[in-house]
Amino acid sequence: MRHVRLFFLGGLFSYRALFNWIRPVTYLTTMLGSPLFQILFFAYLGRFTGLRDDTFFVVGNAVQVSAMSGIYAMTLTIANERNFGTLSPVLATPASRPALFLGRALPVIANGLVVSSFGFGVGLVLLDFELGLNQVPALATVLVVTVTSCTGLGMLLGSIGLRARDVFFASNLVYFLMLLVCGVNIPVEELPGWMEAVGRAIPLTHGIEAAREIAAGAALGEVSGLVWTELAIGLAYVAAAFALFRVFEVQGRRNAALETI
Amino acid sequence: MHALRIFWISWKFHLKSLSLSGFFLLISVLQPLIFATIAFYMHRAGAREGSLLYVALGAGLMGMWSSTLFGSGGAIQWQRWQGTLEILVAAPPRFILTVLPLTLATASIGLYSVVATLFWGGVLFDVPLELEHPGLFALALPATVLGLGLLGLVMASTFVLYRHANAFSNLLEYPIWLVTGLLIPVSLLPGFVEPLSWVLAPTWGVRAIRESALGGEPLAAIGMCLALSAAYALIASVTMANFERLARSRATLSLT
Repeated sequence: MRHVRLFFLGGLFSYRALFNWIRPVTYLTTMLGSPLFQILFFAYLGRFTGLRDDTFFVVGNAVQVSAMSGIYAMTLTIANERNFGTLSPVLATPASRPALFLGRALPVIANGLVVSSFGFGVGLVLLDFELGLNQVPALATVLVVTVTSCTGLGMLLGSIGLRARDVFFASNLVYFLMLLVCGVNIPVEELPGWMEAVGRAIPLTHGIEAAREIAAGAALGEVSGLVWTELAIGLAYVAAAFALFRVFEVQGRRNAALETI
Repeated sequence: MHALRIFWISWKFHLKSLSLSGFFLLISVLQPLIFATIAFYMHRAGAREGSLLYVALGAGLMGMWSSTLFGSGGAIQWQRWQGTLEILVAAPPRFILTVLPLTLATASIGLYSVVATLFWGGVLFDVPLELEHPGLFALALPATVLGLGLLGLVMASTFVLYRHANAFSNLLEYPIWLVTGLLIPVSLLPGFVEPLSWVLAPTWGVRAIRESALGGEPLAAIGMCLALSAAYALIASVTMANFERLARSRATLSLT
């Protein structure tokens, strides 16, 4: 019971305390405003280049903007512990490490789903995008998996942030590279082979593909392969992130380097 | 003469300081390269085969706007965090004279973006850099930097008073890319956008740079950059003085 409490309340508290989205204006401009204009920008660029219709860009970007939370928020929620000098007290507690570490992902995933849903709303209201009510449950399932998977990558970056000096640089770079290699705005088969390979090895790519097929009318069962692949990739990143977190914790204790910035 | 010396030394200082920042390296070099690559592949895979030089110049200006936006938007807040804002406000030179070199330096950093995207085009995609009007191109670049730097000064002036105004920096990146026609012609956007684009320096900056590079009459656009710069300077001098006075009277200058 204690671990469950730590998982939920610890995660929520760390999210509120460490991540400065408490002021509504900051949240609105960053988590909703920026995704809104990102979707419009690429939809209009798509119209100009004649690449695909609005649906292609709405789905790709609405899923990708969840990385605002999954990458940025997740990275900072872990890495800020060191920057704010709270890492040592947290790691001095006997708290369950999986509950401590994984609990932080829950509010981030919930937030990512809000951002992504908002993105789809933007498409419905402002662009030529339609979605039937019967498609919503399947799309929601794909979104939950994809946002969770993307948060796994954010966790890995956050763990690296326990050691690296400027992890925010890396999270920004990853966010922008996702726009290029994950099939958000360019079909992955149009990219050079190595870019496509990179895209297929990181979260979002398979989730976006599945979401596009569902928006085109496919049933969840028809995209189950893509969804399972997305989930497997996400879990691999979560496992790698937790392993790295433990390694850095042990090394940090041994070398007295937990608070080194 | 004294003011010019302050400007020159501060501009050089901030330019060097920003050049060492990983964040500015990201937004002025890597980010424009990523966006240029995305735009290039979208053009290539789409029905419209666009000029790569058109894309490269647009992406370069996108980077210039990002560095101006985040640099000027964060300028006041950084001084607050470092505890130097009160010292700068209390210093004998007018406050605007200490902020102007910083905002112009953030726009100048954007020149890295233009160089990076042109280099990217030349090395990776064999885009020949053949400028139609090299002399005017050399004139268009500093005129654009001036326009963006002074627009940054207007933004920075509002941030003296509103401590959380820099939250808007995150909001303003894509809209300005969109409405100023950096990668997408303004004519493709809803009608109400066009008048909005006229009062934004990047609109004229990208026109000046593109028309001097690809052919056209860039002088009018360069003139508009300079005229808007003068208007921004006037607005910023009024707002900066007013906001500085209010921040002093409310004792909110150093609050973070």
